[in-house]
Amino acid sequence: MIIDHPLLGPRDASEFIYLGDASLLNRPKWDEEKSEDNFYKYLYLRENVAGMHKELWFHQQGDRSWLVISRNTVTHEIFKVELATEFKKNMGKSND
Amino acid sequence: MTRPIRTKSSLINTNKKLNFVFNGKKYEGFQGDTLASALLANDVKLIARSFKYHRPRGIFTSGSHEPNALVEIVHDDYNEPNSKATTVELYEGLVAKSQNCWPSLKYDLMSINDKFSKFIGAGFYYKTFMWPSFFWEKVYEPVIRKAAGLGKLSKNKNNKNSEKGFLYCDLLIIGSGPSGLISAYIAGLSGIKVIIVEEDYVFGGSLNNEIFKISNMSPQAWVQSILKEIRKLSNVRCIENTSVIGMFDHGVFGAIQKLKESKLEQIFWKIVSKKALLCSGSLERLIPFQNNDLPGIMLSGSIRSYLNRWGVNNFDKVLLFTNNDDTYVTALDLISNGINLIGVVDTRDNPRIFDPKIKVFKSSQIISAKGKLYLKGVDIVNKVGELTHLKCDYLGISGGWNPNIHLSCHTGVRPEWNEKIYAFVAGKTNVSTHLKAVGSANGKFSLNDCILDAEKQVLEILSDLEMKPKKYSLPKIKEQSFEIDPFWFVKIGSQRKWVDLQNDVTVKDIEMAYAENFRSVEHLKRYTTLGMGTDQGKTSNVTGLAILASLSNKSIPDVGTTVFRPPYIPLSIEALVGSSIGKNFKPTRLTPTHNWARDNGASFTETGLWLRAEWYSQKNEFHWRMSVDREVNSVRNSVGFCDVSTLGKIDIQGKDALEFVNKVYCNGFAKLPVGKVRYGLMLREDGIVMDDGTTARMSENHFIMTTTTVNAESVYRHLEFCHQCLWPEMDVHLISTTDAWAQIAIAGPKSRKIISKIVDKQFDVSNKNFPFMACKEITICGGVLARLFRISFSGELAYELSIPTQYASSLVSYLMEIGKDENIIPYGTEALGVMRIEKGHAAGAELNGTISAQNLNMGKMVSNKKDSIGMVLSKREGLNTLDGLRLVGLKPIKANHQLVSGSHLFNSSDTITPINDLGYITSSCYSPTLKSSIALGFLKNGNSRHGDYLKASNPILKTEVIAEVCNPIFVDPNGDRLRE
Repeated sequence: MIIDHPLLGPRDASEFIYLGDASLLNRPKWDEEKSEDNFYKYLYLRENVAGMHKELWFHQQGDRSWLVISRNTVTHEIFKVELATEFKKNMGKSND
Repeated sequence: MTRPIRTKSSLINTNKKLNFVFNGKKYEGFQGDTLASALLANDVKLIARSFKYHRPRGIFTSGSHEPNALVEIVHDDYNEPNSKATTVELYEGLVAKSQNCWPSLKYDLMSINDKFSKFIGAGFYYKTFMWPSFFWEKVYEPVIRKAAGLGKLSKNKNNKNSEKGFLYCDLLIIGSGPSGLISAYIAGLSGIKVIIVEEDYVFGGSLNNEIFKISNMSPQAWVQSILKEIRKLSNVRCIENTSVIGMFDHGVFGAIQKLKESKLEQIFWKIVSKKALLCSGSLERLIPFQNNDLPGIMLSGSIRSYLNRWGVNNFDKVLLFTNNDDTYVTALDLISNGINLIGVVDTRDNPRIFDPKIKVFKSSQIISAKGKLYLKGVDIVNKVGELTHLKCDYLGISGGWNPNIHLSCHTGVRPEWNEKIYAFVAGKTNVSTHLKAVGSANGKFSLNDCILDAEKQVLEILSDLEMKPKKYSLPKIKEQSFEIDPFWFVKIGSQRKWVDLQNDVTVKDIEMAYAENFRSVEHLKRYTTLGMGTDQGKTSNVTGLAILASLSNKSIPDVGTTVFRPPYIPLSIEALVGSSIGKNFKPTRLTPTHNWARDNGASFTETGLWLRAEWYSQKNEFHWRMSVDREVNSVRNSVGFCDVSTLGKIDIQGKDALEFVNKVYCNGFAKLPVGKVRYGLMLREDGIVMDDGTTARMSENHFIMTTTTVNAESVYRHLEFCHQCLWPEMDVHLISTTDAWAQIAIAGPKSRKIISKIVDKQFDVSNKNFPFMACKEITICGGVLARLFRISFSGELAYELSIPTQYASSLVSYLMEIGKDENIIPYGTEALGVMRIEKGHAAGAELNGTISAQNLNMGKMVSNKKDSIGMVLSKREGLNTLDGLRLVGLKPIKANHQLVSGSHLFNSSDTITPINDLGYITSSCYSPTLKSSIALGFLKNGNSRHGDYLKASNPILKTEVIAEVCNPIFVDPNGDRLRE
């Protein structure tokens, strides 16, 4: 696999470490009534998508940036690679 | 009539003789030979015994699709089993032998299997060895493994090396036949970066097997002329002896290059390419009939290869059997070389007449081959049922040609059926592969079509890459025809007809599988093992599908097909491992004081990638415990130092650094003043302990965090996750400084004395001005930058001194010098471990990924007044039961009894069964301070059990020790020494 890093260009997948679903970016609030339930869902419940999937990869052997990668889990085609910081900042702004 | 030793061929150098040995007998071959061509030229027909029935087998093909001729290549120090005689390039002194036969190839006793073939058809193992189940492992499997199987590993180390490497290109061309060469030529001229790889040791692919004319040249001369043009282009790299073994996502290919006359045996290349062309040609398929596996029977095209490329001409009487036109090229080449061609048995009613000299038995089939160890003749039958016996010593078969689309399937794309050539062609490749089949691999079976197809596809690629082609010219070739009628297998006859020669699968096996309802192709494949050999059924798969189709009255595309998977050819694990073996398996990290420690009697232990000094032996010490006990006593009574540089160090800076630290640790950090250090407990989001360490606030916005040695990387990654993915708005910057700063622990009641000797005068390290848990940036030894922390892992008055790595070795030498009066000693990780157990500090053995803060008696540390990673879920009911595990200390009632880590704890009257299990021991050691074995462990309801006696049982080591539960802090429970 080749990951087209937004800052460093195409890099081999072996430089990266996979974490999982990018929904981990949506960490619940700690001080709400249902926070325990929300954290349980946040940590344990995942969609098992056959198709487009946003996921987190860490450039361990590179610039140490966390990336949000949009990948088709069936064809492995990668559509978009974004810095997690940028992605997170834009999260509220669009329906992405 | 005397024959020349070989027919003239530019690819065989008859002036260069090569001696080789096969099954103990000496032979001669020539430069350019494969082992197979040299054996054939020496009239060696019997090469191997088959996998299951031990049937005699000969050479069947002339390439890597060979199912039969697997041999062991014998080197001085190791053997290479399952080598294909058809791809092994002959060299002087080559030694090879047959495998899977005993006592000899000619008299193989295991061929008794053949007599019982009726009983050991498809699914035999599944049906027979069902019970008793324990018999499988003990009796059946070892016996079967011995009888059925391929070559044996010598189990000796191969002294040649393998390497791994990366290659990059715009266009990868797989195969150097006509399509590959034309593609490389046109693409190369345009200036794009091209790599063309060839599996064979010569370029040219199928052109090496032909003698027709291309642009008035022999095909071999044409290959040389275009190669010369291609090699002028610096942007094209031509690599022979290299098989592409797999296609992976995003244009990544794996390839294995075999090297000759080099210390390197092979290189595994990872080739990254924007586009790829599959110019892998096509492979001929067989036609099953009775006894069609006898030595002497081979593919028609392969006979042509041996004749034209290798000049093998000792075929006495050759017969051909076909359903297509290509076989007539073989026929004509045989005749023009003066070989006695008996004729062509053609299944078709009206085949085209190529040459009146060729005797054609039209509308006929071969129904049976005759002979015991070699082919002696065949019976043929025509349309009206007339039987004729024909004598022959070689038979060339052609059931048609399959485009070689193995690689095109690797990313999950299914092949598609083509009615014109009665074969599968590559399906539409998916977006992340960029591979296109060209020429013969794309079902274009005439040379002209191949060349036009290559031209068309390369121009498309250049246009995709926005490059313009330069002027080029294409060769002139006489038009060729390719007509084929579908004919899959001979129905006449009840004896065995072989479909998959390598795995001994017959038409009958397929019928049996079908009768037993294994009717999907995937089931059929696994039940019969069709196509599951090392050749992956390259000559047999489509024939097998056709037989299944005829049984089920379906069309072949309706039956479907299994797909090929990597690797294209077998490759050794060693090739994938490359040089990552032995000491190169992983990097070794050395501590900054490693050489000093080595010179001062240290033994080393591996902790993760690090080598750390475990103890320092002195002259009179003949047991490690003597060294460790001495080191512990010295520290407890005077002073010692230990290199703790391996602990992870993370530098945290920024306006929000304090808030960040407060969020990643579960205990409070908000009030940590500048110049102070605090113990921090880090949880995972699920509430389980991830790591612990200390964090020092060096200035308002500057923190230095330490992690355990093993978690240094994962904690750093986690912190980056917290920053980048959770709180990117925070002004905080992280960097790992583990390698930049050496850290030396100086511990013991005399440690302040030592520290005051090295710290520069202006810094006051008195207990009043530099108390327990203080930290400061200082200078030592007249201006060397350092950071001093008053923290203790041993439980004694202690400091940790951080200095730039390059000073570490000088520092420890200097410490030895100034500490002479105090009898200062270096201590290793073992003494470090003993002292932390004596002090009840949790370490890696306790932080095992199942332990909560509460288990460590630190439940109250988890602040619920702030947001921190893991806080919310650490409050879960299940992690907070009153009778949960608690960290306890354990001491045997008899000091000479030894507590062992991994032992489980039981009430002394209970039997040792899982239901009575109360907990387990995590760390244990001999404490020279307490003069007893001691241990740390987790015990249910542990805090209320101090003083109780329990059984610590280790059923593996068969030990059982009665121990008293106690406070895990064995030494100085109030921590007075730390503050002295």
